[in-house]
Formats: sequence, C-alpha cells, structure tokens
Amino acid sequence: MEAKTEPIATRHAYGDALVALGEAHEEVVALDADLAVSTQSMKFGKKFPERFFNCGAAEANMMSMACGLAATGKVPYASTFAIFATGRAYDQVRLGIAHNELKVRIGASHGGVSLGEDGASHQMIEDIALMRVMPRMQVVVPADYNQAYRATIDSYEQIEGPLYLRFGRPSTPIVYEEIPDSLGDGVDVLREGRDISIFACGHMVHRALDAADVLASEDGVEAEVVNVATIKPLATEAVVDSLAKTGVGVTAEEHRVAGGLADAIREAAAEQHPVPIFALGMGDEFGISGTGEACMEHFGLTAPGIADRAREALLLKPIVSHPPIHGGRSA
Amino acid sequence: MHLKPVPDPEPTAVAGQEPSIAELERRATILRINCVRMLAVAKSGHLDSSLSAADIVAALYYRELRHDPANPGWRDRDRFVLSKGHAAPIQYAALAEHGYFPRQDLMGLRKIGQQLQGHPDMTRTPGVEVSTGSLGQGLSMCVGICLGLRLDGFDDTVQVFGVLSDGDCQEGETWEGAAAAAHYRVPNLTAIVDYNHLQTDGTTEEVMDTGDVRAKFEAFGWDSVEIDGHDMGAIVEALQRSRTVRKPAAIVCQTKKGRGVSFMEDRFGFHGKPPSQEQAEEALEELEATLTEQEETLKAAGGEGGDGGSED
Repeated sequence: MEAKTEPIATRHAYGDALVALGEAHEEVVALDADLAVSTQSMKFGKKFPERFFNCGAAEANMMSMACGLAATGKVPYASTFAIFATGRAYDQVRLGIAHNELKVRIGASHGGVSLGEDGASHQMIEDIALMRVMPRMQVVVPADYNQAYRATIDSYEQIEGPLYLRFGRPSTPIVYEEIPDSLGDGVDVLREGRDISIFACGHMVHRALDAADVLASEDGVEAEVVNVATIKPLATEAVVDSLAKTGVGVTAEEHRVAGGLADAIREAAAEQHPVPIFALGMGDEFGISGTGEACMEHFGLTAPGIADRAREALLLKPIVSHPPIHGGRSA
Repeated sequence: MHLKPVPDPEPTAVAGQEPSIAELERRATILRINCVRMLAVAKSGHLDSSLSAADIVAALYYRELRHDPANPGWRDRDRFVLSKGHAAPIQYAALAEHGYFPRQDLMGLRKIGQQLQGHPDMTRTPGVEVSTGSLGQGLSMCVGICLGLRLDGFDDTVQVFGVLSDGDCQEGETWEGAAAAAHYRVPNLTAIVDYNHLQTDGTTEEVMDTGDVRAKFEAFGWDSVEIDGHDMGAIVEALQRSRTVRKPAAIVCQTKKGRGVSFMEDRFGFHGKPPSQEQAEEALEELEATLTEQEETLKAAGGEGGDGGSED
C-alpha cells in the first residue's frame, strides 16, 4: 500500500488494510453491524464474501459471534461505530472476547465528536475509557491514515490478545509521511522540545503539532509532541522520559478526560514522575450536532485550545526537576 | 453425609454399543447426585437449574456428542455450549464422569484457586468451549462457531449444541442470534431450551412471560419441536433428528426445575440457593434410591446397554 499524502479518514486505512490481511491470511474474517460502508469493512466483504458476516443492526450478537469464530481459530475483525461497539455490546466484548483472551479485533469507527451531524447519540466519547478499564483489552487510537494502516496490519501480525482500534469519520491530515514499519510501542515523539510535553491521540495529533508551531512562534516555547497511539498497554517509560525532560505536560484527546488518555498519562506520571499535567478533552458533557469541525471547535478541541492549555500548565511548571522512577505498575 | 463423588459402579459403556435409554436415565441420576454433593460442599451455586438440565446433558454427553475426553481440542468434535452457564455443575459433573479432569476436582467448585468457576470458563476448564454465564450470549457464540466450522468445511459433520434457559429466551440477544442462524442457514446448530418456567423472582409467567418458545423459533425460520425434557427417549430422538435437518433446529424441552428431588421439583424459591446440609441429605437419599431402582431395572432387563436398540 502506498502511503497517503492528502487528508483522508483513518477508517479508510482500516478497510484497505483489512483487504490486505484477507489476502495474506485466510483465518481473517470480518463482521459488521449494518455499517460496513461507513466503517469500510465492506471493502473486505466485497473481496471475500464468504468470510464476511453482516450481522445487521445487532451489535451484541456480532460480538458474541466474533467470540465463537475466534473459538474455532479464526481471527475476527468486528466493526461498527464506537458507540455501539463499546457501549451497546460491552458485556459481550467483556466476557466473550476480553475474558477469554481471544484474538478478536474491534475496529470501531466514528469515535469522538468529529463525526458531527448525528449528534450526541452517536458521538462516542467514553469508548477509550470503557476499553481501557476492561481487563486484558488493548487500546490503539491511530493518528492518521498511514499509522492506522500499520496498526491494522500489526493487529494481525504483531499483536496477540483482544484489541480495540479506534478510527474516525472525517478526513484528517497526514502526520506520518510514510506508512511506518511498525506500530512499535505505540508512543512516538513527533517533535522534540524541552519546555512542555503535549501527549495527543487520534485526531488531536495533527492539532498538537499545529499548537506546537503556535507556541514556538508566539511564546518562544519549545513543545514536545508525543503521539500516544497505544493507550493500553501504555509505554510508560517513553511517557515518563518526555516528562522528565520537560517537567510539565498537556494531554489532548477527542474523548472524555475521565478514563481516557489524560488519566492514562496521569497514572503513569503520578507513580513515576509526578509533575503538573493539564488535560484537554470532553468534560462532564455529551456531544452536539454540527459539522465535525464545528463540533471540535465547540468543545475547544483545536490547536489554539491545546496551546491555551499548555500556557496554563506552564505557569505551574516546577522550577526544580527530579529524575523519574521507572518501573511503576501499569494499569 | 456423603460428600465424595459417587463411585462409578458400572463401566461407562459397553464397547461398540450405544448406552440404552435406561442407562442414560441412570447416568442422569449419577450426574444429579454429583450436583447435590458439589453444591453441598460449595455452599453456593444453582442446584435446581442444574437438575432440570440433567437429562438433556446426560443424553448429550453419554450418547449424542462426538467428543474425546483425552483430546478436548479434537478438531472434529461436536461442540457443547452451556448458554445457561449458571447450570455449570451439571456440565462439570458430565465432564468429570468422562475423565476431562479428576472427579475429586468437582468438590472444588466455586472455591478459590480451584479450576471449576461459578460459571463455565474456557480459559480454566478443559471441555468448556466458550465462557458463559451472562445470559443471552451462548446462542450467538454457537452461530459464530458454526460459521467458523463452515469455513473449515466441517459444517456437515460437526454439530454445535447449545443449551439455553428460559432466562436466555428473555434476553434480546438470543433472538439476534436466532435471526443470524436462520439468515446464514447454519445446518449444524441445535438449540436446546431447558424451559423450566421458574426464574429468580418467580415463574416466567409472572416475571416476564416467555410464551410459546417453540413457535418463536419457528417464526425465526428454525426447525422447532417441543418435547418433555425429562423423557429420555424423546430427548435422544429429538437430538438425533436435529442432526438431520439442514437448518438450525430448536428443541424446546418442557422441564421441571429441581427435577429428581421432590421437595425442590417445580417449586419456587430455590434458584441460586445451595442446599442446607439437611436438604442435601434428603436429596441424596431420594436420588440414591432412584439410582438403586434404575440399576435393578437395568439388571432385570439384562444388564447395561441391554435394551439399546429397542427404544430408538
């Protein structure tokens, strides 16, 4: 697959990579719940109709079917919107997939408020938290098409155990010029800086890079931008190393601050290198209808929003810094 | 009080001969005795729900299922899924009697550090295909297993048997699974409903009437029959027939919760309650008397397996 250069939705990478996986591995099967065009699993369905199971609007059944398929040695990719994959089918994912440590991949599209017009009923802002708190479930939120493609390929070839992949609806700018060779530990420093660490995931990563430009030109602040694609298991050492360098952090996610990226970073920092970490994300509130971009702006999930949060955090930056303590317990 | 597993007084089966209906009935009683003992020791669990499914489980494990206890992962095995996972003791009894694990393990039911969890756990117990216990999921899991078998070319030879409760039939997901089974025309799925009409808060008619479950499955496009779930001959016949129909098959078994123990049978108020020591002793006395009676009948009929063909 050629790397993309123009903005494109991460869900397209899921669909494209699924076809590649289907060609390479006959154990790969895909399921969807009547959203196969939206999630892009239809690409797989058209190519491998005998290995594609549309379950209709019945997400609970889809997740339990994925469990059954995995019990026969298949590697199911079950996709629907993030809201239904995690909210509606939580119990099915929990017992049938996570508890059983089965190699099932949940390809959840339309995460966050950037799906736009459909509004609060469809804008899932708790999925990272729900999947992160679930024992044995791994959580990956790719930043752009190229990383999403790699994450989907690696989900078969590199990662064992249950996995939740979050993709988005809108076209999103390219952050990785090439398709990475590997998802690696899922924590990538995209821009080095000494003054503050900005940890972002998904659609907030390119905004974090923009925010770093703003901070550099307007404030003379050198921000380090860290893309945290793998939120669980979190590569805490990479996170703590950045915090040890900068001494202060900001998190940015299209998700509730509670339970999401912010809490993951803060947990690691609290044990290993406690410094101020300010969070940008959804508060105790639901989404709203509007265009995807308008929704992001409504909730302040923008580059200026990240820059403002960084400025607030910098006010609390400790003057003396201490070395980090590695090896804390991971959640 | 007898708390050890019942010793097996007879060989499991005469080589090359299917166990007779009378022998299956004896096996069901042994499974019931095991359940009472397990629950009396565990002081926790669902005894009456296990007893109502005993005849179904005996028919499956001793006659209908093609399985190999020495090789639980045998590729060509039939699959058994206990959707009503709270009846785990009856499956555990059958697994232990077949040597999937030592019989003394039964006495570790629900105890910390032991393999037999409160509900079936595929990660801990050999012979358990998928973990269950949250009602409504089992049938959908069965459909997934059927589709996986189809891709491997086994859907003509390997049958998937799911045992559901009336509680399962109250869960919406069961009907999502029923629709999927019919839509994908899985030919190798048998759903057995242990319809005992009693749930935690009362009768199903009082709590949430599950109605004509047979007709519901039929309306979903299944082959669907209703039988007496304690008539061993009828169970065996329905199970065998379900293999031959080339679409998903439902067997709605009218059963009595607590079957085999008079003070519990068809009586409300025992769901999820382990027997007291007195109740366990009373239950064992009755079940052991039943066992003796069944063994005498078998002996009079010419020994184990003697009437194997006549009742088929």
